[in-house]
Amino acid sequence: MATIAHEIPQVAPEEVNYLNVEHGWKSWLLTTDHKRIAMLYLFSITAMFFVGGLMAVLFRINLLQPEGIFSPETYNRLFSMHGIVMVFLFLVPSIPATLANFLIPIMVGAKDLAFPRVNLLSWYLYIAGAAFTLYAIVRGGVDTGWTFYAPYSSTYSNSYVLAAAMGIFIAGFSSILTGLNFIVTVHKMRAPGMTWGRLPLFVWSNYATGLIQVLGTPVLAITMLLLAFERIAHVGIFDPNIGGDPILFQHLFWFYSHPAVYIMILPGMGVISEIVSCFSKKRIFGYNFVAFSSMAIAVLSFVVWGHHMFVTGESVYTGLAFSFLSFMVAVPSAIKVFNWTATMYKGSISFDTPMLYVFGFIGLFTIGGLTGLHLATLATDVATHGTYFVVAHFHYVMVGGMVMAFLGGLHFWWPKMTGRLYPEGWSKFSALIIFIGFNLTFFPQFILGYLGMPRRYQSYPPEFQALNVLSSAGASILGIGYLIPMIYFVWSWKYGPKAGNNPWGAAGLEWQIQSPPTTFNFDETPIVKEEAYNYGKLEEILG
Amino acid sequence: MWASSFPFADLQLFPVAASKQATQIDQLYWFITAVSAVMTLLIFACLLAFAWKYRRRVQVESTQIEGSTKLELTWSILPFLVMLIMFAWGAQLFFAAQNPPKDAMEIFVTGKQWMWKVQYPNGGSEINALHVPVNQAVKLTMASEDVIHSFSIPVFRVRHDVMPGHYNSLWFTPTKPGHYHLFCTEYCGMEHSGMVGWVDVLNDRDYANWLAGGGTGTAGSLVEQGRSIFMQNGCSTCHLQDQQGRCPVLRGLYNKPVQLADGRTVIADDAYIRESILEPNAKIAAGFQPNIMPVYKGQLTEANVIQLIAYIRSLSPNEPASQQGDQQRPVVIAPTDANSSNSGTSR
Repeated sequence: MATIAHEIPQVAPEEVNYLNVEHGWKSWLLTTDHKRIAMLYLFSITAMFFVGGLMAVLFRINLLQPEGIFSPETYNRLFSMHGIVMVFLFLVPSIPATLANFLIPIMVGAKDLAFPRVNLLSWYLYIAGAAFTLYAIVRGGVDTGWTFYAPYSSTYSNSYVLAAAMGIFIAGFSSILTGLNFIVTVHKMRAPGMTWGRLPLFVWSNYATGLIQVLGTPVLAITMLLLAFERIAHVGIFDPNIGGDPILFQHLFWFYSHPAVYIMILPGMGVISEIVSCFSKKRIFGYNFVAFSSMAIAVLSFVVWGHHMFVTGESVYTGLAFSFLSFMVAVPSAIKVFNWTATMYKGSISFDTPMLYVFGFIGLFTIGGLTGLHLATLATDVATHGTYFVVAHFHYVMVGGMVMAFLGGLHFWWPKMTGRLYPEGWSKFSALIIFIGFNLTFFPQFILGYLGMPRRYQSYPPEFQALNVLSSAGASILGIGYLIPMIYFVWSWKYGPKAGNNPWGAAGLEWQIQSPPTTFNFDETPIVKEEAYNYGKLEEILG
Repeated sequence: MWASSFPFADLQLFPVAASKQATQIDQLYWFITAVSAVMTLLIFACLLAFAWKYRRRVQVESTQIEGSTKLELTWSILPFLVMLIMFAWGAQLFFAAQNPPKDAMEIFVTGKQWMWKVQYPNGGSEINALHVPVNQAVKLTMASEDVIHSFSIPVFRVRHDVMPGHYNSLWFTPTKPGHYHLFCTEYCGMEHSGMVGWVDVLNDRDYANWLAGGGTGTAGSLVEQGRSIFMQNGCSTCHLQDQQGRCPVLRGLYNKPVQLADGRTVIADDAYIRESILEPNAKIAAGFQPNIMPVYKGQLTEANVIQLIAYIRSLSPNEPASQQGDQQRPVVIAPTDANSSNSGTSR
C-alpha cells in the first residue's frame, strides 16, 4: 500500500511522515497504516460524540419544565439514541480505536499492528454499524433505551429496534477485531528487550480491554440476534407470553454490558498512568500493582453483572454473591487511584493541559467510583435503582472518567499525532469549563436520585424542577467546554506551531521518534533496555 | 408555566423517611456516604498538597520511587475491610426485606402500560392510588400484564421490578401519615413517566373513614369476585368440591405439596396456581391427564387471576391468606375518581 507519493509536497522541505507520504481519498480509505486508521476512527467517533451530545442537549432542554417540552415519544427516542450512540459508537471505541490504535505498535516497538488489514476491516465494520444506527435515527429512532430490555424491545416497541440492534451487532465485530489485534500485537510484536515488565501501563490497560472485547462482545452479538429472532419470528425467548423469560435477556445483556463498562474505563486509566508519570517527571508508583490491577479488573468484571438485577427477583443468595464480588472489583480501581496520587509525591509537577485533565479525571472518577458503593450494597441499591442516582454514578465514571481521560490523552499525544501544538490558554480554559460544567450537570442528579426521581421520565413532579434546571444549566456549560477543543484542534491541524519530537520531555518510546511518525514508525527495530518510565535518567534518553 | 413560579422555592435535598425500612436504609446510606466523603477528601487533600509542594520550580527535580508493597497492601486491605461492613449491613437489611411479618396486610398490584391497578382483599380496587393504614405492615403482591415495570415508593425506600409471567412482592411498614409519590422505575414505553400515582398513609381514624366511605360493596370481596369468575368460566364443573372429578380437588390445596405426573413435587403457592390457570399443561398433577383443562392465557387478566387465587386460598381456611378478607366492607373506587387525587402531579 505504502507507495511513493504521486504528488509533489506543497511545502518543499518537510520531512516525510505518515500524513504526507500519500495524498488523496484512496490513500486514506485503503490504508493499512495503524496511524491513519486511528485518524479515520478519530474523525468518526468525534462525529458520533456530537450526534449523541446533540440528543443530550435536546432532552436537557425538555427537562427544564416539569411537564416537559417535547412529546413523550420524542423524549424517549432522544435518551435512547443518546445512550446507544454514546455507548456503542463513542465510548467503546473511543480510546482503543484511536489513541491505542495509534500508539500500541509504537509503544511496543513495532511497525504496525499484527493484522493491519483486519484493523482497516474493523473501521469499515464500525462505519457499517454506525450507518445502520444512523439509519434508525433518521427513520425516527429507537425508544427502548440503550439497554433494549425485553419484552418491551422484542414485542411492544413500535420503533426501529432491528436497525439499531443490527448496528450494534455489526459495530460489535469491529470492537472484537480491535481487541484481537491488540492481544496478538502485545504477545507477538514486542521489540527485543520489551519485556512484559517494561510495557507501558497504557499497553497493559488496553491489553486487558482487548481481553474483555474478545470474550464479552460475542455475548452481546448473541443477545441482539436472539432479540431480532424473537421480534421477527415470534419465537419465545424473552417474552413470557410466548414462553420466554425476560430475566434471561438481562443476564445475557449485562454479561456483556457490565464488562463493557470496563472497556469504557480501563483504557482511560492507562492514559492517566502515562500522563501523571510524565508531568510529575517520575516513575509510576507501584508499576506492578497498577499493571496487575488492570488484569484483575478484566477478570472480575465478568462476575459482577448480577448487581444490575438486585430488584428483578433474582435469588437473594445470587444477589449476595454479586454484591460481594462488586466490592471486590472496587479494590483494583482504588489501587490505581492511590498509585496515581502517590506518583505525584516527590515529583516535579507541571500543570500543562493533559495534567489538568488528570486532576479532573481523578476527582470525578473518585466520586463516580465511591458512589458505586451505594449501588453495590444490596439495601441501598434497592433505594436508588432506576433513579437519577444511577445516571449520575455512571456519568461520573464514563464521562467524568473516560471522556476526561480521552481528552487528556488527545491533548497529550496530539503533538505526536499531528506534529502540531494547540493554544495553551484556550486548552486550559476549556479543561476548567468542562470540569465545572460536568459537576454542575451531574452532581444535582445524585440528590434527585435519592429523592426518588426515576430515570427516563419525560415529565416529573414540580418539586424536582430546581435541581433539573441546575443540571440543564451545567449541560450547556459542558457543551461549550466540548466545542472549544473541537475548534482549536481543527485550527491546530493546519496552523498550529510545530511541536518537535518531544514537547513534554516524556520518556516513552513513542517520544523518541519523529513527530508525526513515518509510516513504519521506526527506521530500524528499536532495542529496549529500559522501563517505560525511566525519568531518573531522562537526560540520557533525550540525549 | 414554570417561569411563573420560582423553582428554587420548594427545593428539597433529602427525602422524607416514612417507613421503618426507610430509617434503617438512610443510616446505611449516610454511613457509605460518610466513608466516601472521607476517602474523597483524603485523596483531594493529597492531590492538592502534592501539586503545591512538588510543583516544578526552575528545573526538574524528582525523586524516583519504585513503590511500596506495604503501602499497596494497606490501601487494598483496609478499604476492603470497611467495604465488608457495607456489604454485611446492606445484606442484612436486604434479607430482612424479603420476609414480610405474618400479620402483614396483603394488597395486590397489577402493572400495565401505563397504570397501576391496586386490588384490596375486601374487593375494592383503585387506579394509581394506594391507601394504607399507618404502623401496619403491608405486603404487595405484584404482577404485570405486559412489559417489565418497577414499583417504587421513594419515601419508603422500597422498590421491586414487576416482571411479566412472575409474581413479585415487597413489603413496608409506613410510619408517617402523608400523601406520597409512587413511580414506575423501569422504562416501559411511551407514557412511562405517566405511570405514577399516590400513596396515602392514613392514621387509624382516617383509614376507618376511608374504608367506610369507599363504596356500596356491589362487587363483593376479592374472594367473592374470585368465586363468581370460577363459576362463570365453568371451573366448578371439573374441579368438584369434595370428590375426585376429572380435575384435582381444590379444597385444602393452598400451600400444600403437589405430586406431579413427572415425579417432581411442587408447593401449591400463588405462582403455581397462577401458572396452572394460565398454562394448565405446564405442570400436570399426578393421576390427571394433560389437555383436559382449557388454556386461560389471554382469556383472563392478571387481576382476574388474583381474584381466582384469593378464592382458591379461601378453600384452605387454615392457611394464612387475606386476613382482611371478608370482615371489611368492600371499597370500590372507579378509575376516573382516582384522577382527582392525582391532580397535583405534573401531568
